[in-house]
Amino acid sequence: MTLVVKELVRHHEGNPQPTLAGMSFDLPAGTLTALLGPSGAGKSTMLRCIMGLEPFETGRIDIDGVIVRGTRESSREERKRAIADARKKLGLVFQSFELFPHLTALENCVLAPMRVKLETRAAAEKRARALLCQLGLEPRLDAFPEQLSGGQQQRVAIARALAMEPRVLLYDEPTSALDPSMKNEVLQSLKRIDASGVTQVVVTHDLQLARGVEHVCILDHGVVIESGSPEVVLKTPVHESTRALLNAWLQPDAA
Amino acid sequence: MKKSRTLLLAVLLAGTLSAAAEAPLTWGADAQGGAPYVFQDPMEPNRVIGFEVELATLLGQRMGRQARPAFGPWDKLLELLGRGDFDVVINGIEVAGEKGRVVELSHPYFATAEVLTVRKADASAPRTLVGLWGKRVGTLPNSMAARIAEHAGADVRTYEGGQDEIYDDLKLGRLDGVLLDEPVAHYYGDLEPEFESVRSGFGTVQYAIAVRKGDHDLLREVNAALEGLQHDGSLRALYERWGIWSKETAKLFHDTSLAAPLADVEFDRWRAAVGKLPSFYERLTTRYPAMLPMFLEGALLTLLVSVSAMSLAVALGIGLALGRRFGPRALKWFCVAYIEFFRGTPLLVQLTIVYFGLPELGLKLHPFLAGVVALGLNYAAAEAENYRAGLESVPVGQQEASAVLGLSTWQTLRHVVAPQAVRISIPPMTNDFIALLKDSSLVSVVTLTELTKTYGNLANSTRDHLGLGLVVASFYLLLGLPFARLARAAELHFGRHLRRGPA
Repeated sequence: MTLVVKELVRHHEGNPQPTLAGMSFDLPAGTLTALLGPSGAGKSTMLRCIMGLEPFETGRIDIDGVIVRGTRESSREERKRAIADARKKLGLVFQSFELFPHLTALENCVLAPMRVKLETRAAAEKRARALLCQLGLEPRLDAFPEQLSGGQQQRVAIARALAMEPRVLLYDEPTSALDPSMKNEVLQSLKRIDASGVTQVVVTHDLQLARGVEHVCILDHGVVIESGSPEVVLKTPVHESTRALLNAWLQPDAA
Repeated sequence: MKKSRTLLLAVLLAGTLSAAAEAPLTWGADAQGGAPYVFQDPMEPNRVIGFEVELATLLGQRMGRQARPAFGPWDKLLELLGRGDFDVVINGIEVAGEKGRVVELSHPYFATAEVLTVRKADASAPRTLVGLWGKRVGTLPNSMAARIAEHAGADVRTYEGGQDEIYDDLKLGRLDGVLLDEPVAHYYGDLEPEFESVRSGFGTVQYAIAVRKGDHDLLREVNAALEGLQHDGSLRALYERWGIWSKETAKLFHDTSLAAPLADVEFDRWRAAVGKLPSFYERLTTRYPAMLPMFLEGALLTLLVSVSAMSLAVALGIGLALGRRFGPRALKWFCVAYIEFFRGTPLLVQLTIVYFGLPELGLKLHPFLAGVVALGLNYAAAEAENYRAGLESVPVGQQEASAVLGLSTWQTLRHVVAPQAVRISIPPMTNDFIALLKDSSLVSVVTLTELTKTYGNLANSTRDHLGLGLVVASFYLLLGLPFARLARAAELHFGRHLRRGPA
């Protein structure tokens, strides 16, 4: 298993209901998984907990069989080191991409490898160029983010994350900031990267996107309620709550 | 510049020459004080002249020391003396009882009557001491004349600038009379045909040389030298040439000689120079170009003070902004307190504390350094807030994106946040620099003759406030504009990613 999340619990201030109520799932290496859930299911919080942007109260996260982040018992220093370790193995593509606006597409992908992995500029640029070209951005290498379309910006963000060579790449709502007609393009990018063997996790409430992946987990009220291949889970769900969710989802589409 | 060179020289001399008697005699005065005391020669503005300049030279010769002038604002001269910026003050320091507490006063070297100047055409103008009751009377602050006028119940208006402005206001009808020492009345009042003066009945005043409190050796030397100059007739000759020999001084010197007085050549020269202001065109083509070196020197000092102070403010401001944003609680608290203190108290108060207050704690700064430190400390507070605005303009998502990529806090700041923050901080920073350029005129308080002080000195000695005002204004504009251009270019550079279009 590449990424194992076990019994993650997280409360937010002023809300008696836990945002994460013991969420657990595990992902085999090299798969493309969608974590599907309605707004408020705890999708984003879980992502931020995994990336160390938010603390959690109990539970643990393993990457490649190594516990990268304990909770209660760990000191501040240990926690910091654990977060740093986790980030070496994880990449995140933000919903709003968060590209560095003052740097070109290429510079965006070169900064972290040079500063964090201490690569030479030549080596870092070589890989960044390859990644950007693979994602179809060859003519836009020296453009600033403002000069790129939404879809192009997203692909730069993906290339920036991949440039750090993560074991697992996570996406936060990759289709929500884009025009609906771009959904297919996003799926194509995901599949292209899947072929290179990186484990990918897409957090989304987009049913259409979820249909195109290998593995789906359904999230609700801070727990995973059902998982399996999209054909099975989305067409013949076992749990009553999954069915209710899918119906509610499909209503606006039908209307 | 000249001042710092003098100081350097003084330090060198003090170090190499053991005989104290050979060290120069530094004497303090205000060049804005005007004619005939110490003023810029209207015919040759690079030169400071006046009867007290010559008195200082004579005194130096007598004492075997070279007289070197140093300049500060008139109402600060005794404080500067106490601080050790000069050895003596020779600038119409009036003999008055309470001065004995702060300085030692020499024997008087000059005595004069107070003279009331009024407009001839003004029928209701006061002409006696009693007549001053309720009248608007202009004079210099903290002077004997001010005290006499106040005592007579006049509505006393005091002027910080120069004597010329007081007589201007009389001419314009903003005053009913001007009560000042006879030399001033002679040099400024008598130039105007529409004025008349009343020369008796308003009391007298004597001038003495001020020496630092407790410096009895120097006081003795000064008194001996003055006595010598009085007895060999040098002082009388000096005063006659300047047209200010008075019966009060004759009485002071017990001088009953009836010898024909020397021609007051200096007064004639003064009248010829400033009696009638040349046409603007003539001033523009001949007089102002001659003054250019002085303005350039003043502008250079203004620029040096401003650029140095801004560098300090930027460095300190960055530290404060970062400390406030990222520091531990105690540091945050300190930064906020610093900013509030320096933003919330007047710059002049801060400068006065740095220059006159710190020596009490044993820290005596060179005038240039004191000016730069005070301005820099003050503007650092403003800069810190500019940078805070810049830092906070960068969305928190940018920091999260950097953190996720593994960049450290410092790397994030250096490569992600700072380049974006700079663009936001540049316009207010430019604003501050130009404000600083203008505020740097405050350093004239600590003996530095920068651009504004140069203007004050020249305007008062040539009686030309408007024309020279335009000259000095254009100097400030010329100093500020290149920086505004530079800032605009920097802003475009840091904002180049915002320009849309094909890359």
